Amino acid sequence: MSFSFRRLAFAALVAAVAAPLPVRAADVNLLNVSYDPTRELYVAVNKAFGEKYKAETGKTIEFKQSHGGSGKQARSVIDGLEADVVTLALAYDIDAIADKGLLSPEWQKRLPDNSSPYTSTIVFLVRKGNPKGIKDWNDLIKPGVKVITPNPKTSGGARWNYLAAWAYALKQPGGSPATAKAFVADIYKNVPVLDTGARGSTVTFTERGVGDVLLAWENEAFLSKKEFGDDKFDIVVPSISILAEPPVAVVDKVVDRKGTRAVAESYLKFLYTKEGQEIAAQNFYRPRDPEVAKKYDNVFPKLDLVTVDDPAFGGWRNAQKTHFADGGVFDQIYSN
Amino acid sequence: MSVIAPTEGVPYAVEHFHAATAPPPPLEDIHSEPRLVRAVVIALAILFMGLFILLPLANVFVQAFSKGWAAYGAALVDPDALAAVRLTLLIAAISVATNTVMGLVMAWAITKFEFTGKSLLITLVDLPFSVSPVIAGLVFVLLFGAQGWFGPWLIDHGWKIIFAWPGIALATIFVTFPFVARELIPLMQEQGTQEEEAAVTLGASGWRTFLKVTLPNVKWALLYGVLLCNARAMGEFGAVSVVSGHVRGETNTMPLHIEILYNEYQFQASFAVASLLALLAVVTLLAKTLLEARLGRKGGH
Repeated sequence: MSFSFRRLAFAALVAAVAAPLPVRAADVNLLNVSYDPTRELYVAVNKAFGEKYKAETGKTIEFKQSHGGSGKQARSVIDGLEADVVTLALAYDIDAIADKGLLSPEWQKRLPDNSSPYTSTIVFLVRKGNPKGIKDWNDLIKPGVKVITPNPKTSGGARWNYLAAWAYALKQPGGSPATAKAFVADIYKNVPVLDTGARGSTVTFTERGVGDVLLAWENEAFLSKKEFGDDKFDIVVPSISILAEPPVAVVDKVVDRKGTRAVAESYLKFLYTKEGQEIAAQNFYRPRDPEVAKKYDNVFPKLDLVTVDDPAFGGWRNAQKTHFADGGVFDQIYSN
Repeated sequence: MSVIAPTEGVPYAVEHFHAATAPPPPLEDIHSEPRLVRAVVIALAILFMGLFILLPLANVFVQAFSKGWAAYGAALVDPDALAAVRLTLLIAAISVATNTVMGLVMAWAITKFEFTGKSLLITLVDLPFSVSPVIAGLVFVLLFGAQGWFGPWLIDHGWKIIFAWPGIALATIFVTFPFVARELIPLMQEQGTQEEEAAVTLGASGWRTFLKVTLPNVKWALLYGVLLCNARAMGEFGAVSVVSGHVRGETNTMPLHIEILYNEYQFQASFAVASLLALLAVVTLLAKTLLEARLGRKGGH
């Protein structure tokens, strides 16, 4: 036989052994498990912090990033993804990790501003010229308006979208939890597809051209305009929205095992420095620092912002239980 | 796909291989349809192939080169892309090696021996084809994840399986297991055990019988199975996505890297990597065609 099996088997073996495994050349490895729209933000943050750390300590850091729907990412960390830090879309997802004992239940008090170095909100991204005339939340329930938003079960942004819509309905004359539920249900009737993460929804809307309005993170809406050009999309700011506080935390169990606590902590603290705040603002996240915020004042529109700690929601644990847990309001709405 | 055909009944692989050896009867003789019908059927087949297979594939390459050669090259030498290529090749090598050996063992056991539970084993060979890839990934998370059966033990001993390359390899092996076994079983069933029995009677050892009789008899079917297995191992998305953790530069295979680039508005780079993956598929296809041509000349065994 002209084709030797032994030679083939040998070649396969050599290939398997010789295929280089991921090499770790840097002094420190840091894995940041984050939610969907922060990809560009953390590319910039990692570069800046890496240079600063190198200048101060002489050591190089190899940053690893993982992005996906916030809930899905939390699940991965719970299942063993070795995140030194988590930078997720909402506090509940880090609570869920804390519930499994991977970090202190008091994690949110360890850093200023509820451990949220930047904030964002939910706005509408519509096609140029706003052909469907979408001005506010009540325009989303009109027949024939296709609304794009991800799945609140897996996406943090989707949960903020949902709560923002709920807050709007509550503030309307005669608003009650019952009317809010009906209103939010009407919005989801207009949703043709639920992606698992915010970026998936953005791509559905911008690249695949599905839908009339995208319920988007403010930073994601700005980024879409930047990526695709101002002549493609308009941002519509609704009368009321939610103050989204994406939190950050060091995962105690992981950093203690890997010995990376010090660098992980200074990484997160870097987000609060003037430099970190500038980077956040340049990536369209609302900075916390008053000075930096003032500088970017003209970028971010002012609007009435409700927080999740509003009595209507009672914090993330409550909101999660009422709305997004199994059999919660979202399930009741979506199964009908 | 022919590989999904049930084991019992026609041994499709053999039939398929033999089809090429028998001199084909002149087509005019066995088809009496009017010329028009024939033209329509052929046109339909070509149109379908063009529209649904070739056009999308061609589009991958058009998009990949939409910003020229330089951008194409840059997308491929990006460190994260290179890491994805390396990981994909490593995973494919491990899966193909494992499944070749285990596929041979499985086919050998099923076709040459009688034992209780044999029919169950035959059914189980097909299981990975009928289970959704997502579940294939999830079972390993439930076994080896931090909250899974063996998770805590693995963590205590510093072993990483899920969200590292061993988990990706496990999931890929699971998904691609049937390819080799499904190619071999019908063929070896048809060949029976007479040749082996003759060899043993003549004094050959078991191992020698395997090397000199069984293996040469099935080598082309085996290679065919290996090719299919390799193609799927490189392209698998669902199962790998569940166990990967999506750490770029570390646990992203090529299919996952393509999705990430696409989601980061790097459409051209995404298609560049996709074109590389498609190219690997084309190479596999070419190898398969060569193999079949060779098979036709030499006759299945």
